[in-house]
Amino acid sequence: MRLLEARSLGHAVAGRSLVRDATFAMDEGELVALIGPNGSGKTTLLRLALGLIPSDAGSAAIGGTPVKALSPVERARRIAYLPQARPLVWPQPVRDIVALGRFAYGAAIGRLSASDETAVSGAIAACRLEGFEERAADTLSGGELSRVHLARALAADTPLVVADEPVAALDPLYQHQTMQLFAGMAREGRSVLTVIHDLDLALRYATRILWMHEGRIVADGPPRETFTEQRLCEVFGISAKLRDNGGAIRLDIAGPA
Amino acid sequence: MTRITPMLLLAIAAALIGSIMLGSVPLPLDRLLAALAFQSGPDDQLVVWQIRLPRALAAASVGAALGMSGAALQGLLRNPLAEPGILGVSATSALFATFVLYFGLAAAGPLVLPLAAVAGALTATLLVAAAAIRTRSVVTLILIGVGLSSFSAAIMALLMNLAPNPFSLADMINWMLGTVDNRSFDDLLFAAPFMAAGAAILLGSRRGLSALALGDEAAEGMGLDLRRQRLAVIVGAGLATGAAVALAGAIGFVGIVAPHLVRPFLRYDPARLLVPSAMLGALILMLADIGVRVLPTDSELKLGVVASLLGAPVFIWIAARRRLA
Repeated sequence: MRLLEARSLGHAVAGRSLVRDATFAMDEGELVALIGPNGSGKTTLLRLALGLIPSDAGSAAIGGTPVKALSPVERARRIAYLPQARPLVWPQPVRDIVALGRFAYGAAIGRLSASDETAVSGAIAACRLEGFEERAADTLSGGELSRVHLARALAADTPLVVADEPVAALDPLYQHQTMQLFAGMAREGRSVLTVIHDLDLALRYATRILWMHEGRIVADGPPRETFTEQRLCEVFGISAKLRDNGGAIRLDIAGPA
Repeated sequence: MTRITPMLLLAIAAALIGSIMLGSVPLPLDRLLAALAFQSGPDDQLVVWQIRLPRALAAASVGAALGMSGAALQGLLRNPLAEPGILGVSATSALFATFVLYFGLAAAGPLVLPLAAVAGALTATLLVAAAAIRTRSVVTLILIGVGLSSFSAAIMALLMNLAPNPFSLADMINWMLGTVDNRSFDDLLFAAPFMAAGAAILLGSRRGLSALALGDEAAEGMGLDLRRQRLAVIVGAGLATGAAVALAGAIGFVGIVAPHLVRPFLRYDPARLLVPSAMLGALILMLADIGVRVLPTDSELKLGVVASLLGAPVFIWIAARRRLA
């Protein structure tokens, strides 16, 4: 059974088509990078696939159940979603924010079961936030906050994590550590679908790349097969060279095409 | 951390005793206890059972309803400056009450005025709830609330403009200033079911308020039914606030200030905030009402006036010290 399956999804706002005929699926043990230029419809596609906004065309299913038939709690137990916008209103301690990841299991802040506690501590450790547990959210840097939100999503312990630009605010060390964390999850049989703008990270760590351009998925396959100089030019409008560096492909971006 | 709840409980008990002892005729503790146990003369019993106890309980329940509604709405709207009347409930409730005073219908029976106030609150609540079913945006709800409030205020101004005689104008103004003077157990019994229903709905949906701290989209992804959560808070706060307005008229700022003051003691968790906010709201209004009675002014100060005089500076202080976003 597929963790997530989107068939011919389409969505238009005020006559403008944001996503058209998008079909893709997520299986176990995958780290899929969703890439594409600004405004290519990546975030809208994620929302459609999760059923957070209604689709004008096509359908989506999570674990074999159509999203329309899934309650929010059932969905949250199958997929953890980390949106791109992460507003915080109250200066809550880090541990309490991460604990919200257990919401779908009936947990409330300050009232966690033993398994909730284990999941929260595990997520804090995975995002290297030990020592930050009691820090107030408004004393953290943007990158540290990003890791708190990621830990919140990971604390749900779901088979699939869908993350919208999780590494955008992180320094190079944490970007690589986060991608390695995702790759490790994929090796253990869990799956991650992530929007990412750093093409080099996508090329390095993803098991599969979804290329989006003007609302359509224009390519879907392993990095080695889908990364071509011509596609980089067509989709991103950049001139780039691909080098085979002893088995690993490296990307060399020269500038606008 | 949660020691704040027993501390507030103690303070409320002390304030309750104080508000029965203090007043134009001071009542020492022994006479107070005797009167409470129906062991004293009829005068003391009258003062305690007919005047001071219902008045203190009215102040407490109004403060509790406003404190809890404010906390819930601040959680829903993710704004520390949201107040119980932000969705137009208080203003519409006051408008309906003003109608009754304008046409001199309040004399028809003791419950006519509170009935009208509750009807107004329910009308506004239903309008906003109907909008919440259609829209995904909380900003739309706030704008509808602002619109309702402005419209109600405009019609109230019109009614005052056209007031048939100075007495009905004075009635309207006095009612709008907000007071728990002369409240009886009958008034309390009328308002209690609405307050209890509102509080029950708010408490039943409080866990979702924690999830909303991370934003609507994340909360929905975490398993929150956004629409149901909004409806619960709108209806719960509408019932509790409407009943508070019916009992005491318009009393501002308690619903903003009480949640803000207890928030740090509850690790800023919007869910655990509800009960302590209600307790602090009750305490603030009981103390303010004691102050109103003890201050030697020619005509008694109105509770709503004192609450606003104390609350508005705190409001500015909160706005200036906001830490996030």
